[in-house]
Amino acid sequence: MTHRLDTGGRLIDRSQTISFEFNGSTLSGHPGDTLASALLANGKKMVGRSFKYHRPRGIVASGAEEPNALMGLGAGKSFEPNQRATTTELFDGLRATSQNHWPSLEFDVGAINAAVASVAPVLSAGFYYKTFMFPRAAWKHVYEPFIRQAAGLGKAPKEGDEASYEHFHVHTDVLVIGGGMAGIAAARAAASSGARVMLVEQTANWGGRALADDLRIDGLGGPDWVAREIATLEAMPNVSLRTRCMGAGMYDHGYAILYERVSDHAPAPGVPRHRLWRVRAEQIIVASGAIERPLTFAMNDVPGVMLASAVRDYVELYGVLPGKSAVVAANNDDAYRTALSLHRAGVEVKAVIDTRREAIGTLADQVRGLGIPVREQSGIAMVKGKTEVEGAEVGQLSGSGQITGPVETFVCDVVAMSGGWSPVVHLYSHCGGKLRWDDEQAMFRPAPERAAPLGQTGEINTRCAGAANGELQAEHCLADALAAGAAAARAAGFTADAPEMHADAVDEAPINAHWFTPSTGKYAHGTKHWVDFQNDVTAADVRLAAREGYESVEHTKRYTTLGMATDQGKLSNINGLALLAEQLGKAIPEVGTTTFRPPYTPISMGAITGRNVGPLFKPVRKTRMQGRHAENGADFEPVGDWYRPYCFRRPGEDREKAVTREILNTRERVGLLDASTLGKIAVKGPDAGTFLDLIYTNMMSSLKPGRCRYGLMCTENGFLFDDGVVVKTGEDSYLLHTTSGGADRVHAHLEEWLQTEWWDMKVYVTNVTDQWAQVAVAGPKARAVIEGAGVAADISAEALPFMSYIETEIAGCPVRLYRISFSGELSYEIATPANYGPALWDALLAAGEAHGIMPYGTEALHVMRAEKGFIMIGDETDGTVTPHDLGLSWAVSKKKTDFIGKRAMARPDLVRTDRKQLVGLMTEEAGEVLPDGAHAVEAMTAPPVRTIGHVTSTYFSPTLGRSIAMALIEGGAGRMGEVLSFPLEGDRMVKATICDPVFLDKEGARQNV
Amino acid sequence: MLVLTCPYCGAQCEETELVAGGEAHLTRYGPESRDEDFEGYLFYRKNPKGVHFERWRHAYGCGQWFHAARCTVTLEVFGTYTAQTGEPPAELIAEIKRKRPDWEGWA
Repeated sequence: MTHRLDTGGRLIDRSQTISFEFNGSTLSGHPGDTLASALLANGKKMVGRSFKYHRPRGIVASGAEEPNALMGLGAGKSFEPNQRATTTELFDGLRATSQNHWPSLEFDVGAINAAVASVAPVLSAGFYYKTFMFPRAAWKHVYEPFIRQAAGLGKAPKEGDEASYEHFHVHTDVLVIGGGMAGIAAARAAASSGARVMLVEQTANWGGRALADDLRIDGLGGPDWVAREIATLEAMPNVSLRTRCMGAGMYDHGYAILYERVSDHAPAPGVPRHRLWRVRAEQIIVASGAIERPLTFAMNDVPGVMLASAVRDYVELYGVLPGKSAVVAANNDDAYRTALSLHRAGVEVKAVIDTRREAIGTLADQVRGLGIPVREQSGIAMVKGKTEVEGAEVGQLSGSGQITGPVETFVCDVVAMSGGWSPVVHLYSHCGGKLRWDDEQAMFRPAPERAAPLGQTGEINTRCAGAANGELQAEHCLADALAAGAAAARAAGFTADAPEMHADAVDEAPINAHWFTPSTGKYAHGTKHWVDFQNDVTAADVRLAAREGYESVEHTKRYTTLGMATDQGKLSNINGLALLAEQLGKAIPEVGTTTFRPPYTPISMGAITGRNVGPLFKPVRKTRMQGRHAENGADFEPVGDWYRPYCFRRPGEDREKAVTREILNTRERVGLLDASTLGKIAVKGPDAGTFLDLIYTNMMSSLKPGRCRYGLMCTENGFLFDDGVVVKTGEDSYLLHTTSGGADRVHAHLEEWLQTEWWDMKVYVTNVTDQWAQVAVAGPKARAVIEGAGVAADISAEALPFMSYIETEIAGCPVRLYRISFSGELSYEIATPANYGPALWDALLAAGEAHGIMPYGTEALHVMRAEKGFIMIGDETDGTVTPHDLGLSWAVSKKKTDFIGKRAMARPDLVRTDRKQLVGLMTEEAGEVLPDGAHAVEAMTAPPVRTIGHVTSTYFSPTLGRSIAMALIEGGAGRMGEVLSFPLEGDRMVKATICDPVFLDKEGARQNV
Repeated sequence: MLVLTCPYCGAQCEETELVAGGEAHLTRYGPESRDEDFEGYLFYRKNPKGVHFERWRHAYGCGQWFHAARCTVTLEVFGTYTAQTGEPPAELIAEIKRKRPDWEGWA
């Protein structure tokens, strides 16, 4: 561990050494390390290769903003790609692999892209749009395979994830996001009022920059102050605290999503890996700090070029020296803290390179006092070194921003850079907070005066505090946070009495906005000035986009891919848009920012899903007879939320054979269907008939008690929405049957009209689908079976004619017996209170044995209805089909003055005679079954060929011994006998003749017996 | 993720408990209505940037439809009220006018 200091590193536990694996070799570190600090301690500077050019890349940052150090973690079922080394806590046995290289990190074939690019920038801005256009064939054979091989960062896991995840739902008065100085102070201020406060911090440690920045608060050093304040908060019963818990997204009315990494750092069976918190807060304080910006100079991506604050963090928090000699490059005073920190740790600081005309703050004076040279009005012309920093060429910046005069070379192995700080305004922006540009501090900061997130009542419910609010200096940061905490508590209805806290002021000189450090020679044009490290976007790319006319930052982003990588431009966005503004000759606020969208950093899919996996992903609805079906060899298929038997397979049968047997048996003898999934809605009240006349296209009020009628429901657009048999069960009560899976939809439709349009009607509507088990008995022997099962009423053709209904008993089960048919056979549907379902099923099967009864499934049901030309909602309808299109004009009342959809049916487009209309199809070849959805053409001509319709249902009919199909064809009703062509895959052409969609027993002789 | 108070059961409803029903107080044009009126009823919506009256159903609660008046920009909720009315309550309109003097008003 050559880079570990002998002392220091306040987050690590030196008493223990743990080992981990990186690219197959075993390395060691200490508890408290991050993977990044441990890699640096082991001298691993190069940790990955870049996305586009496969350039060697090293660790840049020390936190969530890291663009380069992305790792694949774990193996097998626990493997996860694209994890930031800087936010990965080290544990014994951790396995990490670097990404985006082949065959090895050190030698990579893809780096050839970079070699080519140094001659001509082949992958420059908009390169995908420009390059992969022509010739067309090259896309399939050359470009796509190349891109697929090169695209993506990590590898997707191949095995299922075994870890568990969960969701917590909480309400709180004040949620404080961010556990640095500002978050702690704001939480203290809010909690002192008695309000329930929740304070969360994304890392494992409280304190943020107060741990590394050599601050004095209330007479204490930063770390001691943090420890004292956290102890105070922990002792308060109204405060809850969570580390490893990131504010991921903020939404309307105080709704926040937090992402807690419960056991990433200590994987253990039975412990959830991640937890998603769904928080409703009266008030939210965003104390998410600020992120340091890189400087844009030539070769600023060589491993060893790091953010100044990150260099400081590695020294102070982990006792790790990122190098032995350093150059600090800055445009502000804060970076001088890094020079001081490095000097204390024994690193030779060769120089501080400051872009400002003069460096005059107390921090600069301290640095000079140590004998460290400070080069004013200077910049790094170029970093030397390929796989790690070897030195920096420094030159004087002229008034016009060019490097003038001789270039001075400093030999060093670390470059610490600071381009100033950007408040983390992401969360504030998620929920509508607006920003303003602060020219003095060169940053976008929250501007509640422009727009602040509001709660239900219209009062402000979200505030930023501290650095997130643009207050970078400790004393202002603390004061701002205390005020925000007190304001939040007051807004939540508490009396706030904020504690006194005071941070010592440091006299800092202002920042100088500096967006591009020029170079000399071949790098003068910015082709090696990296702006977005993760997506390999350079200053030259941004400028090229501007020259090509991309003036909007949102367009430039997409054209150059700036800020579109997994880090979402945390380091690159401000630099990128400043360069764009410069090139366009506009002010930065005129160019504006791109939109911040949740989550703040990527969160796991597992956390989003929580416990809703496997059988809990989607609950299955079961009929009371489901167990019987499973015993009977049922082959289930999903139908809405249900699983229904597709068919009942016997030994040796495939699906097709089983379905054929079930159909022929039903047509020749008798079949039994579990129809319990059929929607059932009870409608009752003095106005029930009037109401149903408005709901259905046909007349329902004229129905006599004990009678059934098939009815159609349309939307106000005039399009068919549901169908089913309506039964008049009493003087003012009806039972509506809906399609399987359609009951909730239809019930909601009825309620909506009753509650919002015809609220004066005296009608109740109740969904009784689950209250009844329902069985269909169909086939020539159906009556004999029911009589054999012991029906307590006369069900002869005379006593119970087609489309009539009685209440009686069968084998001791109370039943509603409807003589209706969806198969075209003599058929009864029998409903019994749900718990009688299995008994009724058994009784009918037993009684039917002598008649050859067999249960049948949904596929037989579908084929038999198609043989009869009965429509299925969702097959023959798609939300643009009227009853007239389906030849169901007979079920649309001409007498009624109104019903839902009546007015729409008079619209010009709905009365066109060339609308697509339902027809039957018979293929020339009886065995040829058309594919579902096949398109019809009048004749095959040279492409493009106009399609005139499509197949909606298609089967092989065992009853007819040939294929049958239904289709919606333009003007189909007037085309009987015409032959249409159906071009299929592989240049195959199938021809079919248009016919009546009723293929079997048009007179209904089979059902009227 | 709005929070709306159901005027029937009094619950503070999180948006996931609700089903949105679009613009409130549409006049239904039925058979014999003029083409323009029917077209307006079927297709044209105000979609304002600002004060808006909407229909919501407390679908995963009491099942009742209700109306909400809110600002589509700031998400401020001015009030919720029963669906069994042809227009917003007068007190609510007065309250919105008080808060938003520039509001063009209910029409």
